[in-house]
Amino acid sequence: MTMQLNDEEKAMLAGELGEAPRLALSHQLKVGEFFGARDFVPVTQAHVMADTESLGEAGVRWLESLAALKDGSRRVRIPTITDPRGTDFSKARRLKQAEWMTDLEARAIAAFVKLGVAMTDTCINYQTIQAATRGEHVAFGDTGVVIYSNSVSGARSNFEGGPSALSAGLTGRTPRYGFHLDEHRQATIRFRVDWTPSKLNDWGALGGVIGRRAGNYWSVPVIEGLDRPPSSDELKHFGAAMASFGSIALFHLVGITPEAARLADVGGEALEPVAVRREEVEALQQSYAVDSKIDVVVFSGPQLSLYELRALADLCDGRRFRIPLLAVTSPQVKPDCDRFGYTERIEAAGGTVYSGMCFYQSYAREIAEANGWKRLATNSAKMVNILGGYGYVPMLASMEQCVEAAQTGRLQ
Amino acid sequence: MSRIFTARHAMGTKVSGQALVAKDGFSARYDLDRIEGIFSRPAHKLAGQSYVGRILVLDTAKGGVASAWMLHEMQSRAKAPLAIVFNSVNPILAQGAAFGDITMLAGFDEDITVAIPHGSEVEIDPQARTLRLR
Repeated sequence: MTMQLNDEEKAMLAGELGEAPRLALSHQLKVGEFFGARDFVPVTQAHVMADTESLGEAGVRWLESLAALKDGSRRVRIPTITDPRGTDFSKARRLKQAEWMTDLEARAIAAFVKLGVAMTDTCINYQTIQAATRGEHVAFGDTGVVIYSNSVSGARSNFEGGPSALSAGLTGRTPRYGFHLDEHRQATIRFRVDWTPSKLNDWGALGGVIGRRAGNYWSVPVIEGLDRPPSSDELKHFGAAMASFGSIALFHLVGITPEAARLADVGGEALEPVAVRREEVEALQQSYAVDSKIDVVVFSGPQLSLYELRALADLCDGRRFRIPLLAVTSPQVKPDCDRFGYTERIEAAGGTVYSGMCFYQSYAREIAEANGWKRLATNSAKMVNILGGYGYVPMLASMEQCVEAAQTGRLQ
Repeated sequence: MSRIFTARHAMGTKVSGQALVAKDGFSARYDLDRIEGIFSRPAHKLAGQSYVGRILVLDTAKGGVASAWMLHEMQSRAKAPLAIVFNSVNPILAQGAAFGDITMLAGFDEDITVAIPHGSEVEIDPQARTLRLR
């Protein structure tokens, strides 16, 4: 299917606005035509996932080639921000990252800055920068950002990988397919839960179970049975895990999320309810509990909010850790974490607060080998799903259990 | 006798090669050791097998926006699959295939991971949106 282009898009494609927009629109056309998009839709924000463990030398060179363009507009046309980096430069040595890793990160950052991208380095921009609003079309990377923005904010985005999100920044638009369209936002599978979690790891595990059962990107779960509106942090872990386990980009909570005031609003009445029992959620967590000895405790994926850091600081008081405990947050939250004394309390116990990175995007395999880390405890269901592929034995537990493990070296 | 399967979505150039087939998902970040060019997630049905130069025939694309960059990076080191075929694709893998110049087909009227035997020789013609089992 050939996409319809307006005059501005035709000019872009002809290179009349410069090489960067031409390259960007050409890439977007390939993707749009693959999915049968009719045309482009203007977007107001872009969020680019681009850690250098993913980009590699090839990706960084591509960014540098864009940044070196002299003709026309190489700068982004809309606010364009970044997902976490592959390091916290101030603590790269503590992580035992090699110099080539930080050099590659520095090159990527220099290129992004020349393109006009704001280095926010956060995967919780909906908590820290600016949440999208209902009906707002955006081009967000990071699956956790997309599912939260679509579901909780009612915004409209597909998963936009780094090249596509940057392209959207450079052109100010994205192909109109998937979750930009009304017809893809109706529920396709209906779940009824018999229990409302209270811990973040339980919310993540519930999201993981629903994600696995929902199956693929085009599935839209609608969920009934929660006995209260979840907090932003709870929905963050729930959505991030659902996206990670199932590639899900949109869910509805009846009576809670904006497009599902009633079940009928998202077509849920026509769907047979599928029960999700507490035992299944516990079984998912148990499936990761293969060892009691722990080498490292990590709180990351998604980055921690100020409230999560506050809770962690409370748990750290009076403790002395035997194994490393890493807590990862955004550059927007870190100054407040310092200012309110949370960093000092976490680090007094032997933990470390990192800023602007994400654990699994920071050369996770290499830092595991350099530090002798294999058995990892976390309260993030998303992280346990990812880290198996990096050679870790990840285990999912509550924040309280993880902090205890940092002190004893054992997960109870 | 050859059989031909038609996809709803297609991109890339015509290729032919050996199919690596599994009723499982795919994410470059979660599932692969990209340095060695093998599936590395222990629970993956293709764990331990090399994907380099093969035509992957899998059920569905899984989460992780990193795959969009990673396919390009793998292609730059000649450690990429020749093509990827899915029952159900997500935008990330399609964007990655577009950026990394990897042939892709997705969306069939039957379960393609059942229809194609593991190890068989197949030919993909994106212009015609077809996969031919030889």
